[in-house]
Amino acid sequence: MSELQQVNQPLESLEGVDVDGDQYLSFILGDEEYGVEILRVQEIKGWDNVTPIPNSPEYLCGVLNLRGTIVPVVDLRKRFEMPLKPYTPTTVVIVLKVEGVTMRTVGVIVDAVSDAHNVTEDNIHPTPEFGTHVDTRYIKGLVPIGANMMMLLNIDQLLSVEALG
Amino acid sequence: MSIDVSQFHDVFFEESFEGLDAMESGLLNLSIGTADVEAINTIFRAAHSIKGGAGTFGFMNVSEFTHVMETLLDEMRNGVRDVTSESTNLLLDAVDVLREMLTAVQQKSDTDDERIENVRMKLESMLNESAQAVSEQADVGEAVEPELSGDDGQIGWTIEFKPHSHLLQTGNDPVRMFHELELMGDLSVVCHAAKLPAFSDIEPEDCYLSWTLTLEGDESKDAIMEVFEWVDDDCDISIEPLYSNEPLVEQQLEQKQAIEPEAARPSELVENDTAEPEPVVMQDNKVVQANAPTVAKASTQPATASIRVGTDKIDSLINLVGELVITQSMLSQIGDNFSEEMLPQLIDGLAQLERNTREMQEGIMRIRMLPISFAFNRFPRLVHDMTDKMGKKVELKLSGEQTELDKTVMEKIGDPLVHLVRNSLDHGLERPEVRRAAGKNETGLLHLNAFHQGGNIIIEITDDGAGLNDEKILNKARERGLVAPNEELSAEKIHELIFLPGFSTADTVTDVSGRGVGMDVVRKNITSLGGSVDVVSKQGQGSTFTIRLPLTLAIMDGQTIRVADQNYILPLISISESLEIKNSDIKRVSGKGELYPLRNEYVPVIRVYELFGLKPQTTDLEEGLLVVVDGAGGNKVGLFVDDLLGQQQVVIKSLETNYRKVVGISGATILGDGTVALILDVSGLVSLYKDPSLAKLMVVDERVA
Repeated sequence: MSELQQVNQPLESLEGVDVDGDQYLSFILGDEEYGVEILRVQEIKGWDNVTPIPNSPEYLCGVLNLRGTIVPVVDLRKRFEMPLKPYTPTTVVIVLKVEGVTMRTVGVIVDAVSDAHNVTEDNIHPTPEFGTHVDTRYIKGLVPIGANMMMLLNIDQLLSVEALG
Repeated sequence: MSIDVSQFHDVFFEESFEGLDAMESGLLNLSIGTADVEAINTIFRAAHSIKGGAGTFGFMNVSEFTHVMETLLDEMRNGVRDVTSESTNLLLDAVDVLREMLTAVQQKSDTDDERIENVRMKLESMLNESAQAVSEQADVGEAVEPELSGDDGQIGWTIEFKPHSHLLQTGNDPVRMFHELELMGDLSVVCHAAKLPAFSDIEPEDCYLSWTLTLEGDESKDAIMEVFEWVDDDCDISIEPLYSNEPLVEQQLEQKQAIEPEAARPSELVENDTAEPEPVVMQDNKVVQANAPTVAKASTQPATASIRVGTDKIDSLINLVGELVITQSMLSQIGDNFSEEMLPQLIDGLAQLERNTREMQEGIMRIRMLPISFAFNRFPRLVHDMTDKMGKKVELKLSGEQTELDKTVMEKIGDPLVHLVRNSLDHGLERPEVRRAAGKNETGLLHLNAFHQGGNIIIEITDDGAGLNDEKILNKARERGLVAPNEELSAEKIHELIFLPGFSTADTVTDVSGRGVGMDVVRKNITSLGGSVDVVSKQGQGSTFTIRLPLTLAIMDGQTIRVADQNYILPLISISESLEIKNSDIKRVSGKGELYPLRNEYVPVIRVYELFGLKPQTTDLEEGLLVVVDGAGGNKVGLFVDDLLGQQQVVIKSLETNYRKVVGISGATILGDGTVALILDVSGLVSLYKDPSLAKLMVVDERVA
């Protein structure tokens, strides 16, 4: 395969993509798949040591240096009170742009990045009520992806200043 | 050709405020009784550019007001009027009013019309007085236009305005001038298009029209000339008074009314006359229309702060960048074909890179540095006004005005400085008779001095006044229960008391000081800048307040400390000493609070790991170190840490950009290995020590900013 063809290939594969709807980046936590709007993703970087912040909630791992700015990092497993598991080479930090009073940059630690999906409005199913035993406030909706299900996260709520306490 | 004038507004405001400062300092330096032409000229020039600028941008109230000031200054310059303290004071008031007006225009807020009118009246009445006085003298009378009174039936002015053909090329626009005249009264315009050539001969950039304008209203001739000021040399203009009882004028008026519907819009008139649109006038219309939206747009744009930088600073930066580029290319050359023999070269190159980077950093920091004269310059005025009011005689001496200081620090130090100076003027320096009785010179001395010391800037405010009254302060402190009745304090300790909240020894509350809100705020503000303030005073001989500030807020000298498995940065300026301690030395208060006896005081021991909820490697005080730091209010506290590591300069980064304030942490920095280290905030730690529940508090008061 010539170099030119290699360059063209991803472009061709894009043509098949449905241009309607928003693109979502999906990532894995345990055996669950979550999605965030791809336009909110600033970058994805490998796991790096963070500096803990005293007297902060446990799920706030600390802060890291993102090319000169100080960015807080949240471990989503801890945030969702899922069983902890050691970090692996696929463990990544997804750096997200969170809107609130001001635009902030916050990183989340996830098991692995999975895929990018196109989701149209009518594909999104409302989140069912689980009552008290599952906190669904941060889930915008559910999207079926083949046999799996992707949960769309409302990161503005999940990672708001108050929620980072 | 439409120009968005709003883009020049910022520059205009900046220059005008500079002009006002120049006027103010010029006025203060004017020696009463002599007309120093050069000094008055400087003031006059500043006023004139403000007037011109304000007129150009359509801030008519500003330019009209400045005009009155200018007339007064003009008289002083021409020697028609003496420089009296009365007139300089009035002009100083006028400068204040002008500053307020400009600020109001800049912020699109309202002005205090009453005050403006009041000062304007004073200026005008002073002008009238002088005009009378001068006409009595008769020998210099020609310098002043005779005052016009409206009692002779005059109802306005007839203006013959014949522009030269190149008027439009000078960038002047008759339509605009007419609009300006329109604001002065009832205006009617007759356009004479007789000189208009055949269309094929029209030079689009030439002006062929002339106008007769009738302005009804009681504007002065000067005010009208003002409108035509910029075109004086490019036109023939005659301004004749218009009288209501003159038949000729009545005739003219009738004529005027007949043409009025067309005359009100000169461009339409031209269209009718020539049947072809006149390109120049069309252009003019566009300019006028384009003005309205741009003004509206400007109001939504926030003013951006700008900074003036000397070209030498920029040049040296450009040199440094050049050197950096050379180093970089040298290093990449080494990298391209690296072998072991080139190791010394690489080490050399890296050393050079380090030097370049450091010089760059210093160079860039220098850009933000301004001479402290920016903060000092307001004091001559302040001292002038206050001594006048209080009947004191004070000589203000400024030195070290060229000492440079970071712009942000400068902005924040202004208010505390003002406070300290007012304090010295009000409490420190005595009245002339008291000074004479004490055998001192009647004129008190107030000395502001600034200099660099290490990485700090020191500002000293010295007066040779009464000094702090130790006895009075101590009594007051006992009265308030701050000091036990029989406790004796050293002089320094007593002086420290004045920095306590709500402490004032002033017998009466003046509008200057004595309300007891003050020195604690001063100290708080200075501490929040990472600085400190102290006082040395000798009763009867005066006091010296010393402010110590870091040169910049962006970079700080830090001491790296280790607590449990974490490294933190402690501002070097807050550390007074560090020591190894013995468990046997520790005194306990009710079994818990630990105190360490340090010379003649007891220092509370703060275990940092406890405050931060860290798992300590040792809880044994003997295995760690006690770092004694200056906590809030001059009290020392000891921080128990595991180890002291290196000292280094750190660049301060905000935690709040992406997170929030954290009690006990003032910010973060990035270490050489790319990891983040948190910077400790000593006063925050002390509050946390006193009230551990603060740790859970989301929003902390602004002190930790």
